Amino acid sequence: MFYRETGQFKTSYAADMQIFPIRQDRIALWVLLAVAFIGIPLLNAFHIWPFGNEYMLRAILIPFLILSLAAIGLNILTGYCGQLSLGSGAFMAIGAYSAYKFGTGVHIPFGLFDLSIPPLPMLPSILLGALMSAVVGILFGIPSLRIKGLYLAVATLAAQFFFDWVFIRVKWFTNYNSSGSVSAPDLNFFGFVVNAPIERYLLCLIFVAIFALLAKNLVRGNIGRQWMATRDMDIAAELMGIRPLYAKLSAFAISSFIMGVAGALWAFVYLGAWEPLAFSIDRSFQILFMVIIGGLGSILGSFLGAAFILVLPILLDQVPHALGVPISVETVSLLVFIVTGALICWLLIVEPRGFARLWSTGKEKLRLWPYPY
Amino acid sequence: MIAFGQFLEVLVSGLLAGVLYSLVALGFVLIFKASGVFNFAQGAMVLLAGLALVRSLDFMVAKGLPFWAAIVIALLFAAVVMAITAWMVERFVLGPLINQDGLTLFMSTIGVTFMIEGGAQMLFGSDVYPLRLFPSDAWFLFEGSFPGGILVSKIDVWGGLIAAVLVVGLALFFQKTKTGRALRAVADDHAAAQSVGISLNWIWFIVWLVAGLVALVAATVWGTKLGVQFSITFLALKALPVLIIGGFTSVPGAIVGGLIVGAGEKLAEAYLGPFIGGGIEYWFAYVLALVVLMARPQGLFGERIIERI
Repeated sequence: MFYRETGQFKTSYAADMQIFPIRQDRIALWVLLAVAFIGIPLLNAFHIWPFGNEYMLRAILIPFLILSLAAIGLNILTGYCGQLSLGSGAFMAIGAYSAYKFGTGVHIPFGLFDLSIPPLPMLPSILLGALMSAVVGILFGIPSLRIKGLYLAVATLAAQFFFDWVFIRVKWFTNYNSSGSVSAPDLNFFGFVVNAPIERYLLCLIFVAIFALLAKNLVRGNIGRQWMATRDMDIAAELMGIRPLYAKLSAFAISSFIMGVAGALWAFVYLGAWEPLAFSIDRSFQILFMVIIGGLGSILGSFLGAAFILVLPILLDQVPHALGVPISVETVSLLVFIVTGALICWLLIVEPRGFARLWSTGKEKLRLWPYPY
Repeated sequence: MIAFGQFLEVLVSGLLAGVLYSLVALGFVLIFKASGVFNFAQGAMVLLAGLALVRSLDFMVAKGLPFWAAIVIALLFAAVVMAITAWMVERFVLGPLINQDGLTLFMSTIGVTFMIEGGAQMLFGSDVYPLRLFPSDAWFLFEGSFPGGILVSKIDVWGGLIAAVLVVGLALFFQKTKTGRALRAVADDHAAAQSVGISLNWIWFIVWLVAGLVALVAATVWGTKLGVQFSITFLALKALPVLIIGGFTSVPGAIVGGLIVGAGEKLAEAYLGPFIGGGIEYWFAYVLALVVLMARPQGLFGERIIERI
């Protein structure tokens, strides 16, 4: 009744091609952005529940935003281009450590002449770090030209384990810190030091909003169509004149770039000080879960999946407390395991295409409501 | 001669460790062959089997049963636990997911992994439990030929023997029994097998049961070696490169892949490790798998991948 595009005429190509062709969607998006950019900081400033305390920002919103970004990155590779990857953690780690190196100054002794780059400002270091991640992504994407599916997944595992090892063993990356852990430099953006949780939140939000928009436009355009054709049937795509080399490697590059940004944010903004363990294989699986639960091949799905996978353990953790059932911490963590696993199986059985599909079915129903057809 | 003796020692320990990887990889291959499901839960099943075994064994020894009787009962108990798991996985997860694509099934086994890991530790506890089924000391071989001899751990030899028995047993089961024939039929073509009256649900239960029993065997060996503990689940990840090298669908491939990975990573650790910082074992197998994949995408023994449009 309220959600219907009747009477919304498109009078130009631009109007026809816009991201959200239905006016109600556009309004909803602007409201959402307004809440995210203005509402939440206001609520936080005046200490109004639920965003008044730091916990909400620190433990839920910031990781949600960053992991959504990582999920968007993986979704481009796995959801749009059909290349299964279990190495997201590694690409995040490369982004984080390279950004750290650029942020604290690179010094490579080459014997006769030393290559030294002075510490760069924050924004260039994050972007350069992500660029490094993209380069490595292309390297590890080369096997995808020959292998696919689960075989490729194992190839990406090689990236995961190799870089886990590199960042533990090669002390150069951690600036020879004896404990192997690394603390982020000050988050100085053009003279403004981001520190309070709400500032960190806004920083992540800006990054996520920009990259989500970029990703959405990429997948709608020429390159996105090439990715999807490759995903649906790579041989057929090749016969139609899509270069698999270009399509697959560009997906690897862009996906690793976004994951590199997410990794740098995760390390600098969320963790502050981190160890290689922060980007272990568990992180890769977590992000893969987000993408599959949220919906392969959907930017919106990345957000929904991230919210689900992130919030579920927190909720499950809170339920026994709220009910006043005395359960030991260990039992709770095991219960979280069981319930998460069961929910994943259940979701896969009920809707293998993820939340994004549920969302679009819901929208379809809403357009007809209250009539059956 | 010292160098050669050391080389042999590293090689033998690597090969024997590789046998243990093969044990885990076997479980993967069985399920993948028969149902096309890439079973990520194999490592968790090893953990579950090990915990069920060691906890019931401890319980009965504490009750005063003689050790041999306790072992038999504990093995039976663990086998029953694996059978129940197999039935539940088939009934509640894979059954409803019939006809979904490989990725979805793979994801669902990751969900199963979480459930088994959580459930096993909740039922049987989550500490490190030592399991003493096999002697844990070592032999020194060829002391005449090499100074100090070659050190061979007895557990590894036991593991090798058990793996050999297991492979022969599985081969007989697949080739000689009616169920084994049905399994091969299902592996060839689900629909055709169904049309000649083979029940897919029953076959899948059998496959998961066999994989569970293989996991139990792997658990006895790994449990003796490392103690039954959560980190055993990471074996599953080590078995992946083994599978890649051997090919997803080949039982001999799993064995040979395991041997290659085991020997390769021990040798690399011993001879390359000192130069690039040690701990190569952590990733060597994966990079090896990557190299094999570049040259031969279907693995050494895998069936040729033919693509049609």
